[in-house]
Amino acid sequence: MNKELKKHIEKYLNSNTRYDNRKLTEFRKVSIEPDCIKTAEGSCRVKIGKTDVLVGVKFELGKPYPDKLDQGTITVNTELLPMSSPDFEPGPPGIDAIEIARVVDRGIRESGALDMKKLCVKKGELVWIVAIDICTLNHAGNILDAAGLAAIIALKTARYPSRKGENVDYKSLTKTKLSIKKTPIPITVLKIGKHFIVDPLVEEEKVLDSRLTITTTKDKKICSLQKAGDEPLSLEDIEKMIDLALEKSEEIRKIMKK
Amino acid sequence: MNKSKLKVSDNDIVVPGELLAQGMNYLPSHGTYRLKENILSSKLGLVRIDGKVIKLIPLSGKYLPKKGDVIIGKIKDINFSGWRVETNSAYVAMLSMKDASSDYIPKGADLTKYFEVGDFILTKITNVTSQNLIDLSMKGPGLKKLNSGRIVIIDPTKVPRIIGKRGSMVSMIKNSTKCNIIVGQNGVIWIKGEPEDEYIASEAIKIIEKESHVSGLTNRINEFIKSEKVK
Repeated sequence: MNKELKKHIEKYLNSNTRYDNRKLTEFRKVSIEPDCIKTAEGSCRVKIGKTDVLVGVKFELGKPYPDKLDQGTITVNTELLPMSSPDFEPGPPGIDAIEIARVVDRGIRESGALDMKKLCVKKGELVWIVAIDICTLNHAGNILDAAGLAAIIALKTARYPSRKGENVDYKSLTKTKLSIKKTPIPITVLKIGKHFIVDPLVEEEKVLDSRLTITTTKDKKICSLQKAGDEPLSLEDIEKMIDLALEKSEEIRKIMKK
Repeated sequence: MNKSKLKVSDNDIVVPGELLAQGMNYLPSHGTYRLKENILSSKLGLVRIDGKVIKLIPLSGKYLPKKGDVIIGKIKDINFSGWRVETNSAYVAMLSMKDASSDYIPKGADLTKYFEVGDFILTKITNVTSQNLIDLSMKGPGLKKLNSGRIVIIDPTKVPRIIGKRGSMVSMIKNSTKCNIIVGQNGVIWIKGEPEDEYIASEAIKIIEKESHVSGLTNRINEFIKSEKVK
């Protein structure tokens, strides 16, 4: 970690401002573009400031897991494309990419947003597997929140492809949409020094003490937590962070409705 | 031989591969090359015709290292013999131990005491080999490690616009924002001051980068800084 950079960013936070002249708990402009890829069953592009994330949803037929014979499943995959940041290298997903995929997956799975039983075609034999692919187009900080938001909206726009037996025709989509019951939204809160901030920039992510990603649903239920960073968090810290995340997720929900 | 002919006029915008002149009476310079009897452009840019010499002022592009340039680099790695530095160009730069400090560095010393990975340094290019390997030196007036401050990276072709005529633009920003600003030839700019002032300075630099081709730039930047300061 770069000590000089940290000192400099703390100086900013102490005077209640950020590199781009925002408040500590202020989001950059969020713009949402649902259903933007025609070849995917569902898609969404989310921009938070200059961060740009694209999510595509594809359907696949497959066998169910032996312990959940009447349920379909989801798989989340993240690709941190080298074109989005000089820090990303080509190759198999690294630890950062896997973390994003896991946190997004956990948010959707644990909130019960998707009714897995409705993905079953024939019990024990054939189910739908929903693949959620996250691609970063530009990395200017806070990819995780953008990815989580784009993933749930992409699922909402997704329509089943038409199917005859085991053959799927991806070219003609049916009008049936996935049944999405809940909207989990992840909000990442960073702790740098004694300050809590949301929607971090790349520089701020480099010097974080600790980070907590909190995924909440509309009825203010927490469905996933992910802690990272070297420093520990006290109970008070976590409570403050959760309150902040709930407040911010309300703001995001308002933008989503538009 | 007398058939030499210009195909473009001064200040035309040309694309790579465009025919600029025919015949041997003209000479190719920066951003242009000769192919048999023709002179073609190798970059996107504005044509400048100076007598017989045809030159191109590129509109965008990566930094190409040049001997004698003062640049801002970032320490990427520490080796046995020195530091590997990222220079915002496509080529690798090395700062060897003997050029790193005027002090004597003893054998087996902890090199992180001098520069650590992630530090920014103001340094000078002493040599560029034929393979485009860059040698750096910290020996020279004003060359130092840049403590704290924020870094803004711009298109290296806009660096002359940021500096302005005899440094007029950058000193105007320095005076009106009371920030310390150092512009590296490789398009990396270091700013240090109070947080609000730093923000205004970095925004001003971004405007210059975006609107450098529109006239009346200095006045507009001046007005921008004034209006931001009122807020």
